[in-house]
Order: sequence, then structure tokens, then C-alpha cells
Amino acid sequence: MSTVDATTRLSVLKTYKLYVGGKFPRSESGRVYEVTDSKGAWLANAPLSSRKDARDAVVAARKAFGGWSGATAYNRGQVLYRVAEMLEGRRGQFVREVADAEGLSKQKAAAAVDAAVDRWVWYAGWTDKIAQVVGGANPVAGPFFNLSTPEPTGVVTVLAPQDSSFLGLVSVIAPVIATGNTAVVVASERSPLPALSLGEVLATSDLPGGVVNVLSGRTAEIAAPLATHQDVNGIDLTGADEVLAKELEIAAADNLKRVLRPRATDWTGDPGTHRLTAFLETKTVWHPTGAVGASGSSY
Amino acid sequence: MGSPFEYAPAPESRAVVDIAPAYGLFIDGEFTEAAGGKVFKTVSPATEEVLSEVAHGSAEDVDRAVGAARKAFEKWSALPGAERAKYLFRIARIIQERSRELAVLETLDNGKPIRETRDTDLPLVAAHFFYYAGWADKLDHAGFGADPRPLGVAGQVIPWNFPLLMLAWKIAPALATGNTVVLKPAETTPLSALFFADICRQAGLPKGVVNIVTGDGSTGAALVSHPGIDKVAFTGSTAVGKAIARGIAGTDKRVTLELGGKGANIVFDDAPVDQAVEGIVTGIFFNQGQVCCAGSRLLVQESVHEEVLDSLKRRLSTLRVGDPLDKNTDLGAINSAEQLARITALAETGEAEGAERWSPECELPSSGYWFAPTLFTNVTQAHTIARDEIFGPVLSVLTFRTPEEAVAKANNTQYGLSAGIWTEKGSRILAVASRLRAGVVWANTFNKFDPTSPFGGYKESGYGREGGRHGLEAYLAPSSPEGEH
Repeated sequence: MSTVDATTRLSVLKTYKLYVGGKFPRSESGRVYEVTDSKGAWLANAPLSSRKDARDAVVAARKAFGGWSGATAYNRGQVLYRVAEMLEGRRGQFVREVADAEGLSKQKAAAAVDAAVDRWVWYAGWTDKIAQVVGGANPVAGPFFNLSTPEPTGVVTVLAPQDSSFLGLVSVIAPVIATGNTAVVVASERSPLPALSLGEVLATSDLPGGVVNVLSGRTAEIAAPLATHQDVNGIDLTGADEVLAKELEIAAADNLKRVLRPRATDWTGDPGTHRLTAFLETKTVWHPTGAVGASGSSY
Repeated sequence: MGSPFEYAPAPESRAVVDIAPAYGLFIDGEFTEAAGGKVFKTVSPATEEVLSEVAHGSAEDVDRAVGAARKAFEKWSALPGAERAKYLFRIARIIQERSRELAVLETLDNGKPIRETRDTDLPLVAAHFFYYAGWADKLDHAGFGADPRPLGVAGQVIPWNFPLLMLAWKIAPALATGNTVVLKPAETTPLSALFFADICRQAGLPKGVVNIVTGDGSTGAALVSHPGIDKVAFTGSTAVGKAIARGIAGTDKRVTLELGGKGANIVFDDAPVDQAVEGIVTGIFFNQGQVCCAGSRLLVQESVHEEVLDSLKRRLSTLRVGDPLDKNTDLGAINSAEQLARITALAETGEAEGAERWSPECELPSSGYWFAPTLFTNVTQAHTIARDEIFGPVLSVLTFRTPEEAVAKANNTQYGLSAGIWTEKGSRILAVASRLRAGVVWANTFNKFDPTSPFGGYKESGYGREGGRHGLEAYLAPSSPEGEH
């Protein structure tokens, strides 16, 4: 038996797959496209998702919505924190993938990955706090208890940013699911590999299957059926250019999807709360308080 | 009549916890002896077995601890919130990992049933750290103005009824907001705080951020009166709370006080009786009634008085009193001989003043501190047992006819911590709740706690809130310029 020197050993390449409903399917279309690094060198053949893949992802996201939105905020926070824990352990892999994808130095890629881990922690903490920040009791002029609480919108399509393949990606996924939504994510078209690898992390982080579904391929091709889909409740257009964003916003109006428009974002900055609130509904409950009076009182 | 249910013993193993024969003070990241070398013993209230010997902190030790906390404050408060958050998340996770060990330890040192430490105390402790961890980098969003600042060094004194949970309630928000702490655990339950010191070590928490000084009331007094602290957080008796409030007068120290209670649990005639009875039992016999928010006054509408009392007595006959480490135990030991004497004396006063005493037949262990679940009927508002906090498994039953009378009686107390309402009618719940002078009102439930839910009292039950967004305020400097520290 001959041994192979580490420098000459032929490495095992990974087949990058989609992440849908907690499973790792190839595109039902059987199509792939070539993903290269910033210098044009081949990295992988990524699935080129079809309209059908998009519809399957919506079905998976809808199926997961009841359980995920019904989980306690504390539980969702722990799951998001678990994602950070899992990611920390695979830091090396993501640094390599981000460096390849974005043409960054190892050091800059590492900073991006670290910031992405911290971003999961940031949103893990928000799950059980956002209700106290944006909800509350309303002092109506009458004998009523009146309380407003935020609730998740439902299934949200997320077009991940094209330029920031991982930090940007995490920055748009985490706030959507922190509040209980489920997501269909369209990865950066040119640099989808970190997103597809993220699916592998999510699958081992106690996140129920279907809460996040990751598709790779042509953003415009996948986004079109998602923007018109009647069972999608919201769409984050971050990864769309100006022309596409307008087109999708028009399509989204058909069932009044909640739309988050693209805007220039420094992904390393303070994320604020707007990505959390973009896909929240406010529910207000009224209940009479009656009156304590004589025995014939009104309550 | 014996217990209708026979259970085989089901003791939780002690092997999971390793208690050292002696513990020092935890100051500046190190365990050290007390300056005078004084020690005291901590015993298991269920058996009177000596568990360990603990350093008795003096004023000199307190001074050293405050100095360490002050030194640590500069760097700790300057850390980005996200980094402080990560330390607290680590602590939360380590508590989860070690929760069985800590549950057994707490049961040994406190005497409360393992079922409670395992299912209530420890999950809440971890959740509290997890919750406040998340606030550390979100203080700008908490509604206290832009860039809210910490106060400095917090002196925190906690009671023996929920030793580790009260530690969590104090330390988690303090650290999240950038303060450093000196904490004095109760004299009879110092061990879980000392184990927490080890958790700080495992989490890599910077030295001096958390300091634990064990001792008695004199240690606590030295801490709260130390000129080097900026904030006093106290949970305990109303008498000591008032002394603290007087003591800090004329200083810049901020204070939160979580004191006694005499909670009214109001049962209306349309309440589901079985559910209400469970709530009454939880309200007064959870943790042997040694709970500041206990529902120690039962107010029953006259028309259902008999029905509720019959059902309640039947239920009390099924309660299992005994070995706290047994997984089937409902009521464990009273925390100390001193507390047992207080409960015994107040119950005797109840009888002497004419109330009718009843306890189920129940065999108590021969060693340790025990008190059978007890209820008093024919209690009037003038009775001592309807006015004084007993802090034991003793329920005083009063009656009412109208909702107005129920509210008047419920509010007829110096305290205002908790209350319960049992009725099927929502508008009645809300109408009564809005008129009760109490900081926490439970409707069709009782003794529920959550890190997101503010807790604290009206009137002489103290001031300030712990838990939720509200709990941050106690550890943040006011944002107005004249309020700058």
C-alpha cells in the first residue's frame, strides 16, 4: 500500500446541493451552473434552480410555519444561538468559501465570518425582546384592556445580497426567522456556495426543516414565480437590481406581499431593527374590563 | 387516614454534585479566606447535616470586593455590548449544561423539593441569563434614551428562598448593562452562589466583574452601606428594606427593593373549582410557602366557600411532605430553625386569636426543620395571620360576598406584590385586576415567572422591577444631562 503525501493528495470535492424542507435535493430540473472564484477559476457546479424548485420551497416553508411561529420566542432564540455555536465550529470552512467567493484575503474573509456568527447571536437575543419594543398596552378611552403584539407575517422570500455572500446573507435571513417567519432564500447568483453550505449548518442546529430553504441559480428566474406566488406573504428584494426590484414589487402587489425594498447597506454596521419589523404584523386584542360596582355590576 | 397513594422512594442521586469541605470568598476572580479567618457552617435543612464551611465576610472583605468590582468596571463597561452578551450567553449555556448538578445542590442547601429546583429554579436561571444576554448589545433600542450608561458597582443582597434564581435576577441585568457586582448570598444558602463563581471561571468572565461575599446580615449591611457602590439591589424582608432605604438617603446610590408580600388569591363563585384548588395549592405551598409573592390569603366568595374548602382539604391530604431529594416530594423542609420558629409562633398566634387550624395527617421526618401544610379558617382581617407575612406553608382563608368587598379586602394590607383571580369571566378578571394594588396579578394561574415579565411590588413590597425590558432601568443611568453620574 502506497501512502500519498498531503501536498499531492487529491482532495474530495463537495457536491453543492439545495436545502429545502430540511433535505438536500438537487434541482428537480437536473440543471447546474458553473461557479467560479473572483479570478475565474472553477469552484463548483451549483444547482440551477427552476420555478418548480421555488414552488417546492414555498410548500416546505408553509408547512414549517405553524410549528416555528408557534414555538416560544425563547425557544427560537436558543435555536438561533445554536446556529452561531455550530457556525463557530466550521469557521475555517466558511472563511475559505467566503475568500474564494468574494476574492477577499483570509483575514478579511475571517472578519466577515466572525461578524456573521455574531449576527446570529444578535438576532437570537431579539426573539423575545422585539414584542416589548414594538408592542404594548394601548390606553384606549374606554373600559377596555387593549394590547398590541407583533406576529410573524408568514412565508417570506428573501433575495440575498449579491455582493456579500455570507455576512449579507446571514444579515437578511436571521431577522426574518427570528420573529417566527419561514423563509425561501435565493442565494447570491455569482457566489452561492457559502449559502448552500449554510444549509448544512442550519440542518444541524435544531432548526426545524423548512424554516429556511436555500435555492441557488438565476435570481431573476427564481424570484419571478416567488413574487407572484399566492402563498408567499412577504419579499425582501435586497438581492435585486433596480429594474428587477420594480418588476417584482409590481408582481408582489397582486396578493399584497409585504415588500422590503433594496437599499445600500454596510453589512458590518449596526443592523438596527428594521429588518425585524419589516415582516411583522401587529395584532391588537380588545377585551372589556367591566366595572366593579354594586352587586349588579356590568362585568 | 393515610395517604391514598403509596410511593416507593425515588431519590435523586447526590453523586452528581461535589461539595468541598470549605469555601472562601470569591473576590477578583480568586477564592480567598475572610480577612478575620472567620467561617460559618451551612447545613442541609432536611437533615441538619453540615454540608460545608463557608468564609464569613467582614467589612474589610466587602471593601476588597468593592475595590475589585470598581477596578473591573472600567474595562467591563467599555466592552462592546456584543462582547458582554457573549459572556452572558456562555454563562446561560454552562448553567444549562450543569443544571442537574445545581438543582441537587440547591435542594441540599435550601431544603426545597428536587422537582422544583429541577423543573422551575434551574430552567428559569438559565433563561434569565439568556434573556439579558440578548439585551447587552440592544440597549439603544430599550427606550431609555440613546447610549444608556451603566451605574458602576452594584451591591446585591439576596434571600434564601430561591438562592440561584435570585442571583440570576440580580447579576444578569447588572452585567448586561455594563455594571460590575458584589453579591452577598443568604447566610443559610451560600453554596449555589459559590458554584456560580466556578461557572464564571468556566465562562472566562474577566476577574472582578462578579464578586461573591458570603456572610450574615452584618456582611450585607457592610455592603449596602459601602460608599464605593453606586447601586443597591435587595430582595428580602420589608424591615431590612426600610433600613436600606433610610441608609442610602442623602447619597447618590440608586436602589431597588423586592420585599415582603401578603398576596390575596381571590376565588369567585364561577371559577372552575378543581383548577382553582390547584392554583391555591401552588400559590401557598410552592417552595413551602417561602415565597414573597405567595397567595397566603385565600379570599373565597361565600357561596362556594364550603365546596372550595372541601376540595382543598382533600387535595392537601395528597401532598407528600418529606425528603426533598425524592422526586415525588411536594413539600420539602423549612429553610432554617429560625424560620421554622417564626412560622410556628405565627401559627400559634393564629390559634390564640381564634382562627380555626387544620392540617392533613402527615408524618414529618424526625430530624431537620419541618412544618405540615396548614390552613386557617374563620380568619378575619384583624388577625395577625391575615396581616403578617408568615413565609411558610400556612394559608389564611377569608370570605367575601361582592367583588367590591373582594377588592377592598385584597388591598387591605401594607403589601402589594402579588394577587390571584379565579373566574371564568374575562371582564371580571380585568376589572378586578385594574383595581388591585399589586405588581403582579395572575388570572386563573399563580406563581408563574418568566425572564421577559416584569416583577416587583406596590406599597411596602418595595420598588423597582426585575425582569423584562423594565428590569434594565434599575441598572442604567438616567439619560438627562443633570442625571449624569
